[in-house]
Parts: sequence; structure tokens; C-alpha cells
Amino acid sequence: MTTPAPSATIRDLRESVRSGARSAVEICRETLARVRASDPALHAFHTVTADRALARAADLDRDRDRWRDAPLTGVPVAIKDNLCTRGVRTTAASKMLETFVPPYDATAVARLERAGAVMIGKTNCDEFAMGSSTENSAFGPTRNPWALDRTPGGSSGGSAAAVAARLAPLALGSDTGGSIRQPAALCGIVGLKPTYGRVSRYGLLAFASSLDQIGSLTLTVHDAAIALNVIAGADPADATSAPDPVPDYTAALTGDIRGARIGVPSRLLENGPGGPDGIDREVAGAFRTALDAFASRGATLVDVDLPHARHAVAVYYLVATAEASSNLARYDGVRYGFRAPFDRHDDALGSMYARTRAGGFGPEVKRRIMLGTYVLSAGYYEAYYLKAQQVRTLIARDYERAFERVDAVAMPTSPTPAFPIGERVADPLQMYLADVFTVSANLGGLPAVSVPCGFTAGGLPIGLQLVGRRFDEPTVLRLADAYERDTNWWKREPAHV
Amino acid sequence: MVAFAMPAGVTRAQVEAIAALAQLDLDPSEVELFTRQLCDILAYVDELQQVDTSGVPPTSHVAPGGASDRPDEVRPSLDPPDALANAPDAARETPLGSFFKVPRVLG
Repeated sequence: MTTPAPSATIRDLRESVRSGARSAVEICRETLARVRASDPALHAFHTVTADRALARAADLDRDRDRWRDAPLTGVPVAIKDNLCTRGVRTTAASKMLETFVPPYDATAVARLERAGAVMIGKTNCDEFAMGSSTENSAFGPTRNPWALDRTPGGSSGGSAAAVAARLAPLALGSDTGGSIRQPAALCGIVGLKPTYGRVSRYGLLAFASSLDQIGSLTLTVHDAAIALNVIAGADPADATSAPDPVPDYTAALTGDIRGARIGVPSRLLENGPGGPDGIDREVAGAFRTALDAFASRGATLVDVDLPHARHAVAVYYLVATAEASSNLARYDGVRYGFRAPFDRHDDALGSMYARTRAGGFGPEVKRRIMLGTYVLSAGYYEAYYLKAQQVRTLIARDYERAFERVDAVAMPTSPTPAFPIGERVADPLQMYLADVFTVSANLGGLPAVSVPCGFTAGGLPIGLQLVGRRFDEPTVLRLADAYERDTNWWKREPAHV
Repeated sequence: MVAFAMPAGVTRAQVEAIAALAQLDLDPSEVELFTRQLCDILAYVDELQQVDTSGVPPTSHVAPGGASDRPDEVRPSLDPPDALANAPDAARETPLGSFFKVPRVLG
């Protein structure tokens, strides 16, 4: 590495700008130099908005008085490329949207900019956020900064790799079945999926509307709380955004977790999909050691039963694909995006639609549209889609019952550490099972955070997940922060930084 | 309520019919691949049939209190030039107005 590492966290960068120790332009230049040096090997970014970022940083420096107390002044941020950015290409990693330039900003992006953040670019992801490895990008995979032959997870893999490689202290991602938490775990950083409705989805290219939620990827839990303070809150442009007041999430990070009750679903962990051998031995070991750390800080561990959670992957792949088949009907070559040549002598409009969609979508997106269309079709609706919605109710009830006894439920975020690029692409079902511990939080609309909890002997990061009650981000963040204070796994930097 | 007889598998003909519904012009190799993969995935999700869901209401969303209403008022929206900016084909400020252009719809 030739360029010096900038002070890594949001908190430190923000403070250095506030104190006048560094200018927004200095930080921006350093950050862009790091991106230029590291990103050719990682491919975390699709688009780097260098000129725009430098102009923005210069504006902040010129108008220091106005920006002095804004929460993110001068902080470089990276945005997953399925979030609309006005005037900046937004592709969702799809050929379908290769040239799409949105005429508006996603609300979460606008809120970051209003808080003084400097967007440095758009990050790679699985096409339309469909995947668990970022290999489904139409523009090539992202590599894991801890091991370049491995995936960073997905679908927010570019966002996770960028933060892990210290190319930005904050990236936005979206999480439909684990797409923030799983790549955070596989890249050794913190990933927060807020409660459904906590963050406006306006400007997020929709995948599965009852599951999608925007959240953050950061180095520390404190930084996740700072980011949530900015992006959370009601938005007239998203009718599902919640009116609940937004507390100061950093105030919850007291370090005091005495008396907190943490549920451990031991039966699920022992006999989940994949059976007793479904969880990597080193992941299981790191998880158990982390539970001891919580207990040492005064939390009580309680065994909880989530009898229906083992069906979560099956439910998820029926509900999410059904919603996706409907949401992605909008990509028809008429209003934006790719349009295929069509046959003027045939059914011209119909052939244009079908060729556009066949040529614009990649294999995983087509597979999910096909599955979703199938499960919604006459004759199969009750057997698949309705059944899945009913089991979704049972999974949500399992958690409600658990939360009568505990404040949060702990699990490994992913059953395995980062896997080699190419290992699972031929077997979609195997890839789907990577989401076994993350999808339940989406099905129930619950907040969940992944925090680093150790490394394998081979040096790959491992993540621990805490799932909380709806709108109880303060508790999951307090627990994760207290654990982080004792361990500080995030301070270890990947080889490719 | 009838007990649902689960299909043993998905046929090529079904995959072709689904592709037509989904407006996807699949090539023969994709039809073959998806026939096999949809069979695998549907065999996996078949485990849901073991779950007793009698009397359980379906969950279609988890928005707190459902989506909220707002007054039905006209508010600013995209200007036509912005709305047309990404169109693969459009007419802009013609005597007939500004609009998206599509291939022939009727014969």
C-alpha cells in the first residue's frame, strides 16, 4: 500500500474535520487514492465519482460554518448500486440498467448528503441484489479483501469489501434475506439491517418489497449507530416507513449489558438445514466463545426454541421470488434501460418485451422470476405461495414468543466463512442455504446486526448476529457494542489493504 | 379444503409456459437448465408441506400498522424531460406532445 491509511472510523474522521485537523478535501483525496490503488484487485466499485466528490468536499470546506455541526461532514460514503443517485449511473449490477441515470436520489442517500457525507462511488452487488456472493453481477465479481480468491458474500459484497479494505468508513447496502449482514460477516465488519420500515425504501430498486430494507456497513457498532441516526425516520415518499420517533442510537451504547437476556436457539443450531454438520466447526467455536464474552459482561444466556426457523429458507425463496417476479415486470424496454431489437413482422411489442428481458437479465434473475411466476400461477398459488405466507406467520410468532423471555437472539451470521469464487455458482440451492440464519429477521421485519466475532485459523473473518424486537435497535446495538469493546476484532486489517 | 397434491416435478412444457407468462424469451438450453433447477428448488421447499398451518393466517407484509394513508393531493412529480431522459426511444416536444415510443401494438 502506497497511500497512508486515513483515520478509519466515521467518528474519527468526523472529529478531525470538526477540529480543523484535516479538511474534507484532504480526506477525499486520500480516500480516492486508496480506491485507485486497491480497487483494481477488489472490484468493490462500479462507478467512482471522483470529480463530483472533490467538488462536494470543496463546498463543505468553503462553507465550514454551515457544516460544522452536521453529523457526517466530510465523511466519504459508498452507495450500493441499487440505490438511486441523481445524475449518477445506477445499474443494480444488471445489463438491463447499464446506462440508467436516475432523475432523483434515494431518500437514504439524500439524508447522508444532507448530513454532510461525500459520496465517492457506487458499489458492486449481485444483479438486482439477488445472490449471496456478488458473483451474479453482470460486471464481474467483487473479491474478498481477506482472500482475493474468495467471495465477499452478497448481495452487498462491494459495499462490504469497500469498508473492510478501508476505502470508505460507511457504505449503504440493502438486505432482503441477509444481503447486508452476511457480507459484513464474511468481510469482518459490522452490518446493520434495521427494522422493516425504520429506513425509507424510496429510491431502492425493489426486489422483494415486504422484505427489503436499507442499512449500513461500517467498521464499528458506534459508526452503525451514527449512520442510523441519519438515515432512519418517516418519509412521505415511502408509505411503509414508520412514524416512530428516531432516538439517538449512540446514546444506547453504554457498555452496560448486565441483566440483559440473550436467547440461543441451540436446537436450530444443532439440527438446522444441513444437520449437525451444517455449521463450520470454526464458526461454531467462535460463536460459543463469543457467548462466553457476553456472559462475562453480565448478560444471561437463555435457551430458546424457534421451531419453525429451519423452514425460513424455503419460505424466503417462495415469498421473495414471488414478489420479485412482480417487481421486475417493470423492466420491459419502454421507459428506461436496455431494449432488445425486435421483429417488426411478428407480435412486435410482445417480442420486444420478451427479447429485452431475455437479453437484459442474467441467469439468477431469470431463475427467480421463473420460480416466482410459477409459485404465483393458477393451481400452485395455495400450495406454494399461500403456504409460505402461513409459515412466515409461524416463524414471526416463534420470535415473538422468544422475545417474551429474552431481549435478543444470537446466532452465527453465516454457517461458513467466505467461500471460494466459483464454488457454488452451479448449485443455486447450495447458495441459498448460505442465508439460513439471516432470512428470519427479514420475514419477521426484525432488526439484526452482524458483528465480527473472530477469525478462522486461515485468517477468514467470522460474524455473530443479534436479532432484536421490532424497533429495538438500541438493544441489539448496545449488546453488539459491548461485545466489540471487549474484542475489537475490527481493528485487524485485511492483507489487501 | 382439498389436500394439495404436490407435483412430482416441473416439465419442459411447464417451464416454457411460465417463461411466456413472465415475458422471457428463453433459449432451449435455458429451458433445460431451469427445468432441472426448478425441480431441485421445488423439491427442497416441499418440506413446508409437513408444517401444520391449519387456521394460521398468511403474512403478506410486516409494515407496522400497515401502509399509512396520506391526503389525496397533487404534488410535484417528474418533469416530462426527466421522465423521458432514460427512454430507449421517445418523442420529445413534438406537436403531439412528449411520449415514449414503442413497437407496433396492433396488427
